[in-house]
Amino acid sequence: MSEEKKDDGLISVFIDGQEVRTKPGTNIIEVAASVGKEIPHYCYHPKLSVSGNCRMCLIELGMPGRDRATGEPILNEDGSPKIMFFPGPAIGCGTNAAPNMHVKTDSDMVKECREGVTEFLLANHPLDCPICDQAGECRLQEFSTSHGAGYSRFVEQKNVKPKRTRLGPRVMLDDERCILCSRCIRFCQEVADDDVLGFTDRGSYSTLTCFPGKQLENNYSLNTVDICPVGALTSTDFRFKMRVWFLKHVKSIDFETSVGCNTDVWAREGKIYRITPRRNDEVNDTWMPDSGRELYKLVDGENRLPHCKAGEANVSASDALAKAVELLKGEGVAIVGSGRCSVEEQYALKAIAETTKAVGVYLVGRYGDDDGILVSRDRNANVRGALMTGLINSLPEESLSDLGAKIDSGEVKVVLSVKEDLVAAGLSKDQIAKVKLVSFDTQRYASTDLAGVVIAGLTPFERSGTVINQQFRIQKFHKAVPGPAGAVDDLVALATVQANLSEESFPSTVASVWKQLGESGPFEGLSFKSIPDEGVLLDGSAFGALPFAEGKSLHFEPKQEAVAAE
Amino acid sequence: MAHPKENRILLKHADEDYYSTDIDCYLKYGGYESLKKALTMKPEDIRLEVKASGLRGRGGAGFPCGVKWHDLVDRKSGKPIYLICNADESEPGTFKDRQLIHKDPHQLIEGTIISSFANDVKLAFIYIREEMPLGAKILQKAVDEAHEKGFLGKDILGSGYELEIVIHRGAGAYICGEETGLIESLEGKRAYPRIKPPFFPAAKGVYQCPTVVNNVETLCNVVHIVRMGGEDFGKIGRPNNTGTRIWCVSGMVQNPGYYEIEPITMKELLYDVCGGPLPGRKLKAVVPGGGSMKILDVDETYKDRDGKEFGFDDIIVDYDGIMAAGSMSGSSGMMVMDDSIDILEALGNILAFYAHESCGQCTPCREGSLWTKKITSRMCTGGAREEDLDLLLDLGKNIGGRTVCPMGYSTTWPIESYVGKFREEMEAKVKSNTCGMADFDERLIEK
Repeated sequence: MSEEKKDDGLISVFIDGQEVRTKPGTNIIEVAASVGKEIPHYCYHPKLSVSGNCRMCLIELGMPGRDRATGEPILNEDGSPKIMFFPGPAIGCGTNAAPNMHVKTDSDMVKECREGVTEFLLANHPLDCPICDQAGECRLQEFSTSHGAGYSRFVEQKNVKPKRTRLGPRVMLDDERCILCSRCIRFCQEVADDDVLGFTDRGSYSTLTCFPGKQLENNYSLNTVDICPVGALTSTDFRFKMRVWFLKHVKSIDFETSVGCNTDVWAREGKIYRITPRRNDEVNDTWMPDSGRELYKLVDGENRLPHCKAGEANVSASDALAKAVELLKGEGVAIVGSGRCSVEEQYALKAIAETTKAVGVYLVGRYGDDDGILVSRDRNANVRGALMTGLINSLPEESLSDLGAKIDSGEVKVVLSVKEDLVAAGLSKDQIAKVKLVSFDTQRYASTDLAGVVIAGLTPFERSGTVINQQFRIQKFHKAVPGPAGAVDDLVALATVQANLSEESFPSTVASVWKQLGESGPFEGLSFKSIPDEGVLLDGSAFGALPFAEGKSLHFEPKQEAVAAE
Repeated sequence: MAHPKENRILLKHADEDYYSTDIDCYLKYGGYESLKKALTMKPEDIRLEVKASGLRGRGGAGFPCGVKWHDLVDRKSGKPIYLICNADESEPGTFKDRQLIHKDPHQLIEGTIISSFANDVKLAFIYIREEMPLGAKILQKAVDEAHEKGFLGKDILGSGYELEIVIHRGAGAYICGEETGLIESLEGKRAYPRIKPPFFPAAKGVYQCPTVVNNVETLCNVVHIVRMGGEDFGKIGRPNNTGTRIWCVSGMVQNPGYYEIEPITMKELLYDVCGGPLPGRKLKAVVPGGGSMKILDVDETYKDRDGKEFGFDDIIVDYDGIMAAGSMSGSSGMMVMDDSIDILEALGNILAFYAHESCGQCTPCREGSLWTKKITSRMCTGGAREEDLDLLLDLGKNIGGRTVCPMGYSTTWPIESYVGKFREEMEAKVKSNTCGMADFDERLIEK
């Protein structure tokens, strides 16, 4: 209790005798974790309310003793304050840090409590780990090993409960595995704002269920699977597909909207099996929408472009790029970029626009409804990247009618389109037929078939880079799986085109692009390596006047002007 | 009819032929006079009277009522204060509140109004258990009558004080007797007890507002405290155990029933008042305060604080007297067992109840109560093993004190005391495998 530290607003808490400075009221589980002491828990979740029902986090709690009559501190023989521990255990999750609080996380009583709770949880648990998807990342499995007795005294009949209850289109419930921690119920109430789950029956026969006539079908339902500490809730998509210990996870970003949820992409041998949220307390907490978890299916989707094309013929990437350069050397080039490209690709595209003296640079806007949580109105992940690299300087519109007019007037003769379906964006097939189209695509769109050259590119799961979300937070995503053999990395392709057009070298890797980006301008001082996993907030004040589409979401407040403009 | 050793205050008229539940009858015998007196007093003064009376809660924990009212209820937050009468009387062996509700409902209504006035409450609830449909009907009628006479509603008796009483019926769960479980249930949620801290009802009760929760008998006593004055009320009984208590004696005595007494000895209660054991039988054990309390062996000797030894017969039947014998007076449901009782079976019976009534919120009670029940059921049906008794004790130890609410002890205490005090008998039965009688009630085994 060093007196000189008093005015920093922090208090001293003692975890197994070790002093920790923390904010008053911090949850003791978090305080202990900050010094590497794990207090095991099931029902506690840092982003949900405390329910205190699993009793796994029982700890011993003590405060410096005070004489009841005089109020004087009681001291040990050596003059240190005598710590009076409560006779019974207390739950860690329900305990908030108070000045000079003492916590024992590994005393005999605490160990005994954990062993007792573990034994109770396993009493009616089916122990079907060999066929359980959760095995390998199951808290019950882990804590049974670390805190359990290692044998069972339970010789009675186990309770029998339903093994396959469909809670919703994406979530399956195994009732026998459920430890009734209520995380999923609290998630639906508190985060997803869709109160559909509850318990029925009583005691050990309690059963998780959907309210009559309802099902768990909101766009956040799969988060219940993530936070389920056991294998009770499983994803119908991932169920029985792969043992989790075979999977490697790579940090990525959800490309659906401008929220930029942080994700982990789980893959084995070049195949993606699932996408889960990655904690970022400034962006998505520990959640992500269900819709973003299915994006990996595009990798092997039926419309995936496996080869580059010149006209009807499949060609190698280098031939396709040579053809593209040839077309782009012509007059009247217009560029249709994408809000789904990375900052690096937009930077290269901007260079191409300058070299070709483009008569128009466009982005295709995509807008949908926002849900106030983690799906924003702007369905492009990186419009702000296009703004900050200078590729565009106004917000994109959904229709390319301006480009259409320029094609009709003959001003535009060549179009370079990156990852966009020009037909869907409002150009007619006749208009497209009037120009020479160079198309960088991963999927086969209506306009892909009309292109003179098609460069087969990579999905976000197959390349690395950065995107800038609605908060002007630049975040990294990484390659999880290799792309198809006939495809070429978009940044490499764009850099090759630019180098050939300008006859000067152009960086073709993310790191080398960042050498240039970091030299000056809005990204000054940054490098790909130096951007932390949780991202860096950039100064977006230069764009403050733009009427951004996003409404309020989890960790985002739109600027006042933007709201007023609506 | 009252036994001569009784001192009937709350039940003064209850069993008399002349008495009915009508408000006119209640008024005829001095009803609502305490309310009239209370309304001339300051709320704070009533709280101080109750504090001075030493009245302890009759629900189970025996917490001083006046302290709860005067010192604990949060009056600084500016939030409305609510009062809840806990009429979810469901502890095994307890049936006193039912008598008070069925036979003298206006006494409870009057007590509730006075207590509400004393605590600045404008909305009070009487949470009555689902299994008392008649009681709910009687109370509703009483509330309606009180309304008609101007004891409830706006401007009660011209005092400017305003109060409504809502009769709320539970849905049939023991756990609703736990005050925070009751509050959750009253709010329309599943009756899961809240974690304390932070949800002490006096600060954060129903609708997150300060709430006074009191037992039926406690509130009824308030009528008489106001009538007599706190100091005079405090002279009834003995210090720290003031007033009378209604004891519900059930089981193997000649005259089971409810008796309103001042503290007397166990011998006086069981032999003089209740008529002693059935012919040819001998008393064996008594559960003094409702099913969850520790059992008392009649052959035991106890030591008080000063080290003085005393026997079962000398236990004084009140809060401190039973506490001195190592158990608790709880909800004053006294269950008497004689030598015809198989103690293991009795344990199995009580554990079956708590397994059935465990709300299922927290792990130790949810899993532990059913597990212990499964063990005793097996033991009672011929499958006893020598290690079972120690297993029961160990499981019991892992439940009590580690749960959200005190109900964990409802499994722990019976196990500890039944096995602890009757271990020899149980071991003998285990060895001979004659636990349980052939007609062990199969209905107790949950399917």
